[in-house]
Amino acid sequence: MLILKILFKNAFRNKLRTGLTLLGITIAILAFGLLRTVISAWYSGVEASSATRLITRNSVSIIFPLPLSYRDRIRQVNGVKRVSYGTWFGGVYIDEKNFFPNFAVDPETFLDLYPEFILAPEQREAFLKDRKGFVAGRKLIERYGWKVGDIVALKGLIFFGDWDFVLRGVYRGREKSTDETQFFFHWTYLNETLKKRMAYHPWVDQVGYYIVDVTRPDVGAQVAAGIDGLFKNSLAETLTETEKAFQQGFVAMSGAIITVIQIVSLVVIFIILAVVANTMAMTTRERIGEYAVLKTLGFGRRYIGGLIFGESLVITMLGCALGIVATFPAAQVFRNALGMYFPNFNVEPKTLYLDGVAACIVAIGAAIIPTTRAVQIRIADGLRRIG
Amino acid sequence: MTEEEKTPIVEIKDVSKSYRRGSYTVPVLRDITFDIEGGEFLALMGPSGSGKTTLLNLIAGIDRVDNGTIRVGGIDITTLSEMELAQWRATHVGFIFQFYNLIPVLTAVENVELPLHLTGLSKRERREHALMALGLVNLDHRVGHYPSQLSGGEQQRVAIARAIITDPTILVADEPTGDLDRVSAEEVLGLMERLNDEMGKTIIMVTHDPRAANRAHQLKHLEKGFLNNAHPQNPV
Repeated sequence: MLILKILFKNAFRNKLRTGLTLLGITIAILAFGLLRTVISAWYSGVEASSATRLITRNSVSIIFPLPLSYRDRIRQVNGVKRVSYGTWFGGVYIDEKNFFPNFAVDPETFLDLYPEFILAPEQREAFLKDRKGFVAGRKLIERYGWKVGDIVALKGLIFFGDWDFVLRGVYRGREKSTDETQFFFHWTYLNETLKKRMAYHPWVDQVGYYIVDVTRPDVGAQVAAGIDGLFKNSLAETLTETEKAFQQGFVAMSGAIITVIQIVSLVVIFIILAVVANTMAMTTRERIGEYAVLKTLGFGRRYIGGLIFGESLVITMLGCALGIVATFPAAQVFRNALGMYFPNFNVEPKTLYLDGVAACIVAIGAAIIPTTRAVQIRIADGLRRIG
Repeated sequence: MTEEEKTPIVEIKDVSKSYRRGSYTVPVLRDITFDIEGGEFLALMGPSGSGKTTLLNLIAGIDRVDNGTIRVGGIDITTLSEMELAQWRATHVGFIFQFYNLIPVLTAVENVELPLHLTGLSKRERREHALMALGLVNLDHRVGHYPSQLSGGEQQRVAIARAIITDPTILVADEPTGDLDRVSAEEVLGLMERLNDEMGKTIIMVTHDPRAANRAHQLKHLEKGFLNNAHPQNPV
């Protein structure tokens, strides 16, 4: 249709201006997409958490231990299926730049409770048998080039000294959101070594947290209350919550940063709205005579509005598409550089939808004032602008 | 001309128009009354600011009167709404402007076709009509050219083809030769004469150019918003 031809041709009439506007939109959508991906990555642990797992920790703080003896009492609570436990080790590889999550766990129960960590049966067996053995995620071993059988030394920042481990297995995530950068080793290795080094170490026979597998998601609250009730008024009172709430608690610690990122992502959209609105205002002012001619020929407000809105949509959506295309390699660069902090830095479909919605808002918002001016101008005044 | 053609096609009665300039109201047309017969070729002359373009805009339905009535082909256009007026213009008025006012991103044939998009014609019919109109103005060889690839005279001929494509009741031309050299101006005026003589088109033309006015059958002179039919310097 001729009107569509006018619309598309108009969009690229001033190539420099359209090119610069497209560049601006592309960069804005790229920035918006990356910022939204950072937020998603931050919440990826929450998203990946299970509805049937509860976490029991010391009610004062996660940094205080709980006695190992709690395990058997927790097991007896109605609705509890299985119990595992672990301790945040806080070790680094070679130096502090090489940081990744590492935990001392009870291997058998831990692997049973986390079916999303997929491990070859022979590797699982080797890991269970070797007290100094560890398993690590696929991304972690790729980062450091470890091979099964390698001896890896971690430097303890909480449990001081050098700790040697033998790589017995490499797990991969069942879901895309499963963190493949973690390191798990035997809690007994940690406990026995602590006993050897210092018999009265405060973490001897203590664990950082319990993982409680409940029979059904709907009994979670009841089980949590039951566990916490067991240890009320004890020396180490517990706080039990769903794995999701536990993860959200971690995310909430950086809530201010996330809020700032969200605000910045919205500011980016407002800036680009202003840029596109400026472009549309300029193009409409230049073409006001042509719009007057179209009105003279009998084309109504709908056509004029359609031309301006359409032009705004064409430019913005093209910029949006380019921005989305650019987001994937940019995210890859981001993932390579900051993979240790954001193991799940994946551009999610939700982010792409948000890109599209933001672009639509920009396109429509930018065209409102120019369209209003173009349709309201008297034909005689519009024709006077020609010549 | 036949008797039938001599019935008024445009009836202007007591038309007044003024514009606001800040806090001032500037009267542009005062109590204008006259008729234009079907098949007439009328030239409106007058000094700058005399109101001739305003009068042309009022007749063509692109501006509104303050007082009075204008009937074109029996329709009182002063009572039409904006939307009705747009539809009326699309079918009853052909426009020829001083600066051609072609759409630069469309080819000659597409520009001519443009008004037909508001009709129910098919794509093929629209194209056939447009090619025929371009043939009438001797531009068959320029159908695929963009306005920037045409001379001023050629652009004005495309504009004339666009003006006649819907077979309008009246053709209005605002300084159609104002931006053309002498040769091109003669071509355009000759074309307008042919449209009037051979096709019986009613043409109302605003011009400063006495040579253009000489081609018209009738001249009306405006001065300070008043109509002066018997102007002493009437060049006709």
